[in-house]
Amino acid sequence: MPVVMDADRIGRSLARIAHEILERNKGVDDLALIGVRRRGVPLAKRLARQIKQITGDEVPTGALDITLYRDDLMKQAVGLQPVVRRTEIPFSIDGRKILLVDDVLYTGRTTRAALDALIDFGRPKAIQLIVLVDRGHRELPIKADYVGKNLPTALDESVQVRLQEIDDRDEVVLEQGGA
Amino acid sequence: MTTIGEQIDSTPAVTSLRRKDLLGIADMSPEEIALILDTAEAMKEVGSRPIKKVPALRGKTVVNLFFEPSTRTRTSFEIAEKRLSADTLSVAIGTSSVVKGETLADTALNLEAMSPDMIVLRHSSSGACHLLSRICRSAIVNAGDGTNEHPTQALLDALTIRERKGRLRGLKVAIVGDLLHSRVLRSNIHLLTKMGADVWVCGPPTLVPAEMSRFGVRVTSFVDEAVADADVVMLLRIQLERMEGAYFPSLREYFQVFGMTEARLRLAKPDVMIMHPGPMNRGVEIASEVADGPYSVILDQVANGVAVRMAVLYLLAGGAEHEEAA
Repeated sequence: MPVVMDADRIGRSLARIAHEILERNKGVDDLALIGVRRRGVPLAKRLARQIKQITGDEVPTGALDITLYRDDLMKQAVGLQPVVRRTEIPFSIDGRKILLVDDVLYTGRTTRAALDALIDFGRPKAIQLIVLVDRGHRELPIKADYVGKNLPTALDESVQVRLQEIDDRDEVVLEQGGA
Repeated sequence: MTTIGEQIDSTPAVTSLRRKDLLGIADMSPEEIALILDTAEAMKEVGSRPIKKVPALRGKTVVNLFFEPSTRTRTSFEIAEKRLSADTLSVAIGTSSVVKGETLADTALNLEAMSPDMIVLRHSSSGACHLLSRICRSAIVNAGDGTNEHPTQALLDALTIRERKGRLRGLKVAIVGDLLHSRVLRSNIHLLTKMGADVWVCGPPTLVPAEMSRFGVRVTSFVDEAVADADVVMLLRIQLERMEGAYFPSLREYFQVFGMTEARLRLAKPDVMIMHPGPMNRGVEIASEVADGPYSVILDQVANGVAVRMAVLYLLAGGAEHEEAA
């Protein structure tokens, strides 16, 4: 069960991504960070803190639950029915540049669902995708704009991201066998 | 912005309803009830969006089969179904084959031959939903059967109480009115006692079913005793259409003895909530100034009804698949 990212590595990746966000968007104007539940939410908040340390600006954050937009809701051979949680976007996304944050990019289906969910809240000026780990094996034409770590994986491996806020420690682990 | 996401981020004790139908609260576990209420809280947010629709039940067909008049419940189910993107149709019994003498089972089997995924049923006979549950593959959702149960009403009541009080356990809930004919009462008693509330029921002795205390509730015919220090006062409609005999001398006398007035309400806790499942008989079980007063959450109940029904439909849609997979 190799640890592919430890706490330091996760911290450095997020710091780099924060700088990349500022560079690419030339500042924080119209930016907002929206995390995909569950682990995208603490990541979005951490990025907001990083940006605040660099520029002193507050970037608003929100939480997006994509359960009701999944395409596998009625097709789960294994696994539990996902729990529906609250979406909390306490600002208008119209005309904003939305930074969508998730922990792992895999098939792209979660991102597809998140894009659909987001569009129901308004018309953002742009949506950029931030992921901590890109493990490959895309099934949809989706690409991340900011990546913490590109991690080549086999289909029978699973990537577990653990974050202090939810799991009491920071690490990314590559596990053998199905999730 | 630190509060976002922390409120219901813990993983619930159960994550799905492992059942095909929602027939009543009687056979549900406290964990399943909590799951429905948590899911309903998330569904509530969907109703506050500019686009109040999510694709969760896209391609599913839901038939609303109402054999009794209903405005609130039927509208509420229909809105819930549409917000989840299900295809819905409502069968109005006045224009259906029921008036030609078709039995409930035949009506249901004929509808089922057209492969709906769910049937929402309201019927004047207790046990009608259980009958359909045995003969139909579709998921059956009880929208009120006779004097048996009205589970989604009890769930929306619980959601409304939990929102205001933060809990159900340990609250004193007084339920006053027609105990004999009320399916709302039965579902509420099951739910509230399972969730640890202290339930008092009160009505004229002629409208109190025998052996009521076996449900684990306190029974009284003195309304002041029921209302004293109550956290919640729930009023039940005097169901004139179900009354074939004379249960009390007059509506005026009922109001004098059991009607909820501002004066009577002073016996309850200062932050008491007034609830009524509707439709209200103003001046019979509830005074107008109480119904429209600051303690009344009657319209919140209606708003929460949509969220609770969305939660039930969503959870049943996922749960049925599990049964097949298992």
